Amino acid sequence: MIQFDQVTMRYPGGHEALCDVSFEIKHGELVILAGHSGAGKSTLLKLIAALERPTSGSVWVSGQDVGKLKSSQVPYLRRSLGLVMQDHRLLMDRSVLDNVLLPMRVTGLHEQEALRRAHAALEKVGLSAHEGSMPMTLSGGEQQRVAIARAIVNRPTILIADEPTAHLDPAYAREIAALFRSFHAAGVTVLLATHDDTLFSPYGARRIELVQGSLKDE
Amino acid sequence: MNNWFRSHLLALLEAALRLLSKPFGSFMSALVIAIALTLPALMYAVLDDFAGLAKGVSGKPEISIFLKKEIPSPDALRLQEILKKDARIASVRYIARDEALKQLAASGGFADVVGSLQENPLPDAFIIEPANSTPADFAELKTYFLKLPEVAQVQLDSAWVERLHAIVDLGRSAVLMLAGLLGAALMIIIFNTIRLQILTQRHEISVSLLVGATRAYVRRPFLYFGFLQGLMGGVFAWALVAWLMHLLSPRIQSLAQTYSIVLSLHGLLWWHVLALLGFAGMLGWLGASLSVHRHLHDRPFA
Repeated sequence: MIQFDQVTMRYPGGHEALCDVSFEIKHGELVILAGHSGAGKSTLLKLIAALERPTSGSVWVSGQDVGKLKSSQVPYLRRSLGLVMQDHRLLMDRSVLDNVLLPMRVTGLHEQEALRRAHAALEKVGLSAHEGSMPMTLSGGEQQRVAIARAIVNRPTILIADEPTAHLDPAYAREIAALFRSFHAAGVTVLLATHDDTLFSPYGARRIELVQGSLKDE
Repeated sequence: MNNWFRSHLLALLEAALRLLSKPFGSFMSALVIAIALTLPALMYAVLDDFAGLAKGVSGKPEISIFLKKEIPSPDALRLQEILKKDARIASVRYIARDEALKQLAASGGFADVVGSLQENPLPDAFIIEPANSTPADFAELKTYFLKLPEVAQVQLDSAWVERLHAIVDLGRSAVLMLAGLLGAALMIIIFNTIRLQILTQRHEISVSLLVGATRAYVRRPFLYFGFLQGLMGGVFAWALVAWLMHLLSPRIQSLAQTYSIVLSLHGLLWWHVLALLGFAGMLGWLGASLSVHRHLHDRPFA
C-alpha cells in the first residue's frame, strides 16, 4: 500500500530530513510513526501526500511512484488519501459543514450526496450538533475532529495524521485515538505520526520509529 | 447537469460573489478599467463618424477643369462634346459660370460676399470623372487638359477627400496603438488585483490543494473574476462613451456646420459595444490568467 525505498529527503539549504529510509505498510495496517520533534515524521507524511518530492529513492503509494507523478496527477492521489495535519488546516471563515464539504466540492460530487456524506462524517466524529458553527468557536479537540471528518468524508483508502493528539488534554486525546482505531477496524490503512505512542499501543498498532531522519530497527 | 458545466457555473458564481462582497473596491477597479477603455473607444466612435463622412463624400475621384474667362459659352459647349467622345473620360459635367456663382452664394455663408461683387469672377468649368482612376491616368489626363487652349487651370478634386481618408487612417492607427497601451494597463490592473486576491486566499488555496483540488479548480474562479471585472469595466466605459458623446455631439456638429458639413454623431453602434465588452472581458481573463499562472506556482501551494 505504502512503500519507501531508500528514500532521502534534503531540503534546499542542505538540511537532511530523511536519510535512506525503507519500509512497507500493507493494506489495512495501523501504523504509528514515532520519533521526537525534528526526527522527520512530518517530512515522511508530506512525501506520501506529494507535498514534497524525495531527493533520492522512491515513494510508492497504491502502486504509484509519487516522486514521478505529474503535477496534474497529484490531486487524484490526494483524493485517495485522508490527511489530518497538525495545525488542522481548517477554513476559519467557513462553517464546520462547509469545511467538511470542501473535499467533495473539489471533486464535483453532487451536492445532495456530498451533504449526506458530510452529515455522516460529522456524526461519526460526534459533531452533528456543530454543523453550523464556525471552527473558531470550537475547542482544539473539536477542531481536530472537524479535520478528521474532512479527511474521511471522501472514503479514503489511506488515512494519514500528523500529531493528531498534540495539544489535546488526555480525555480528548483518548477520544481521537479511539476514532482512528474505529477507522482502522473498518478496513482503512492508518498511519499516525506522533511523539506519544502510548495512546495507540493498546490497539496493537505497528510501530515505526525515526531517529534524526533514519529508521530505527522495528 | 454536466459536471464540467456545473463546475464552471459554480466558479462563475463564486467569482461574482467575490466581486459583490467588496462592492466599493470592485466599483473603483472597474472605474479605473473603464477610464482606460473610454479614451480609445471614444476616439474610435468619433473617427468612425468622420470615416463615414469621408466615404459619403468621396465617391469616384474627379478632376475640375477651369476655362479661361474669355472663352465664350458656345466654345465651352463644343469642348464638352469633344471631351465626351474621349474614351479616357467616363463623364463630363458642364458648370456654367453663372451657375457656379449661384452655388457659391448658396453655400458656406458666402451670399453677402457674392452680392457685393460687381461682376462674376468665376470661369466656366467642367467636372470630369475619369474612366480609370490610377495616378498615371490622372497625370496623363491632367497634362492633356492643360495643353488645351481653352483651359486655364486643372484641379484634382479628390485631394482633400484623400487627405481626410489619410487623417482617418492615421487616427485609426493612433486608436489601435492607444488601445494596445491602455489594454496592457488594464491587464496589469487585473494582474495585480488577482495577485492580491491570491495572497488573501493563500490559506484557502493551500487547503483546497491539500484535499485534492486540481489547479484548474483553483484557477477557475480567479479567471472568471478577471473576466467579470474586465466586463464590468467595459460596461462602465460604454456608459462613459455614451455620456461623453452626448456632451460632445452639439459642439462637434457646430464645428462641422462652419465647414458646411452635416455631421451626425451616432456614438457606439451595437457591434462596437459587443467588441468593447468582448475586448474588456478578454483582457480581464488574460490578465487573471497571467497572474494565476505566475502566483499559483509559488512553493507554498505545491
